[in-house]
Amino acid sequence: MLSVRHLIDTTSLTADDITQILDTARSFAEINARKGIKKVPALRGRTIVNLFLEPSTRTRSSFELAEKRLSADTLNMGGSTSSVVKGESLADTIQTIDAMNVDMFVVRARLAGTPQKITENTDAIVINAGDGKHQHPTQAMLDLYTIREHFGHLDGLKVAIVGDLAHSRVCGSLAPALKTMGAEVTLVGPPTFLVDDPTYYACPQTSDLDSVITDMDVVYMLRVQLERMEGAAIPSKREYNRLYGLDLRRERMMKENAIICHPGPMNRGMEINTEVADCARSRILDQVTAGVATRMAEMYLLLGGENDGISD
Amino acid sequence: MAYLIKGANVVDPQVGLNEVCDVLIEDKSIAQVGKDLDATGATVVDGAGKYLVPGLVDMHVHFRDPGFEYKETITTGSRAAVHGGFTDVATMPNTSPVTDSGAEIRYQIEQAQIANLCHVRPMGALTAEQKGESLAEIGDMVAEGACAFSDDGHGVQSAGMMRTCMEYVSQFDRVVCAHCEVESLTTNGVINEGRASTRLGMFGWPALGEELEIMRDIELARITGCDFHVCHISTARGLEYVRHAKAEGLPVTCEVTPHHLFLCEDDINDTYDTNLKMNPPLRTLADAAAMREGLLDGSIDCVVTDHAPHAAHEKDCEWEIAYFGCVGLETSLPLMLANMVLPGKMSWERMVEVMAVNPRRILRLKPVRIEAGSSADLTLIDPQMVVHVTPEYLESKSKNSSFLGLTLKGCASDVFVDGRQVLVGGKVVGA
Repeated sequence: MLSVRHLIDTTSLTADDITQILDTARSFAEINARKGIKKVPALRGRTIVNLFLEPSTRTRSSFELAEKRLSADTLNMGGSTSSVVKGESLADTIQTIDAMNVDMFVVRARLAGTPQKITENTDAIVINAGDGKHQHPTQAMLDLYTIREHFGHLDGLKVAIVGDLAHSRVCGSLAPALKTMGAEVTLVGPPTFLVDDPTYYACPQTSDLDSVITDMDVVYMLRVQLERMEGAAIPSKREYNRLYGLDLRRERMMKENAIICHPGPMNRGMEINTEVADCARSRILDQVTAGVATRMAEMYLLLGGENDGISD
Repeated sequence: MAYLIKGANVVDPQVGLNEVCDVLIEDKSIAQVGKDLDATGATVVDGAGKYLVPGLVDMHVHFRDPGFEYKETITTGSRAAVHGGFTDVATMPNTSPVTDSGAEIRYQIEQAQIANLCHVRPMGALTAEQKGESLAEIGDMVAEGACAFSDDGHGVQSAGMMRTCMEYVSQFDRVVCAHCEVESLTTNGVINEGRASTRLGMFGWPALGEELEIMRDIELARITGCDFHVCHISTARGLEYVRHAKAEGLPVTCEVTPHHLFLCEDDINDTYDTNLKMNPPLRTLADAAAMREGLLDGSIDCVVTDHAPHAAHEKDCEWEIAYFGCVGLETSLPLMLANMVLPGKMSWERMVEVMAVNPRRILRLKPVRIEAGSSADLTLIDPQMVVHVTPEYLESKSKNSSFLGLTLKGCASDVFVDGRQVLVGGKVVGA
């Protein structure tokens, strides 16, 4: 059992919660790797609503696959067909769906705090699939899973999160979760991309990637949120790539066993160069694979699914 | 009609009063102040254990009338004002249409006469339609009774336009009240930039956005000689600029809201309570402490509410799209009593200065003194009466209070406006 009823942010999760999610995900990863039937009846008869109020490809498909593999019934809502687009309030949208007796909402939203507001309008369980610039906890769990699979542990690892920290819900969830698990986090980015309150995460911030990259176990490159930029916080993609992009020169500076992560979708040639994105250190596709298993674990643990089919 | 308010502790620093005595009201004026006055022919109001002060003034409210009557009207706003202990309010001009000519000033004054509860003192817009591009008809509005001028809701972005406004207003005996916000610094900002914006993942509204414009407008006051009043100041550094300006003898004053005195960004938790979304945003704990200090040491001249009613559907939504502002008229005095006066942090005299004397001076209203001959605009305060801040308690049409759920001790029990009792034992008269 997790200590939380909903998965809204990682700051509410204990180390035990995170360990439970990662351990459970491991069982599901084995199912996902099967050559045969990749499906268990764990959430049979449960109804999950995927409410995607903002465009999403990978997170949405990852959740949908995870739900199908758990045998849940799903309903996809959002995009241009959503009633929110038609001017209905969030509360009305949620109460309307809630009246159809659903068990879980998976919500992606442009506005921070939307998942929390949804919890106030339904008895169903809510998973935050990314809210504005705030949090993206299921991304953090798949990241932690990927990193732990490589190193066997999280405690004591040195992780640099590089890029557009100010607009990043990925950083908002990943940095606190890593710290909870005992990793050391360094935030790297141009001064215009650093977080408003550098003391909040209680980790060092720097604009000099070269000075820290040699010491890191994990270099986590953030996507530059071109759609979230206010004004011109950087002069050009080219200059960003030169100063903060992960290129072959920087890749060669990394420790022997160090790995590279990126939440996707990548801006190749901007925050990461092609030869690095596809190199042996890259765990970018492993992250995607881990996404399905960790999301299965989160839904399973939060919905308290029956124990059949997974503990054999 | 005559009233004898008997045995209240009468506090008025303008006449050096802080003692138990009787006050006799006849018609619209105070007839007599003294011990053991004869009650013959007068309705007696028991003041024992209560405090009688000059009628309170809130010089920064939004009554939304005309244009947004679904949020508040001059009548419902007046009821809230009287319920909160106020005899006078100054209404901001961001109505629809914008109050930027004499006719709109006259409309508000006429509506207030129909409501017949408190004095409503309309402020006029500084610029036409509050667009910050050309002068509003300021002289016309002065002639119709505008008490001051403001583009509240926005700062006047162009320094040149603001200079023109202040130069033009300087010919009238009126103050320019400025909402200080450099919009190129606050773009998209919905919460204080710093801990809160980082924690909750939203665009920050930096303190600098306010401070830079306070600094600019102080310098414009220096060269134009126009009286300049900073609306709803919220940051410690901005207050320092005001302090220095005052020390230099510049004609600068400022006001603070109860929410910036008694709340801070740390009060905004993961529930994203939109009743805590305001402009300027709730600042840091240290800023709030600086506001309280400034109020005590005289750097801040008055307490205002920035009473900003919004309908439920405009607040019951995601933080980033919720409207800015909260209602305040009915919690201002109780909060000041509970947090400042009754615990002994602020004297009764100082409370009277910041909530009655100073705003009248800034608005060029006739002083109300507790002495014979003065107009009978009076507030009687019961320090024992308990207020539960619930939607039902609020007379305002909108219920977006930042203090819902609080229980506060001390509030206005009776209010007299022009010698007429409009609040009786905590109840507003009329329908």
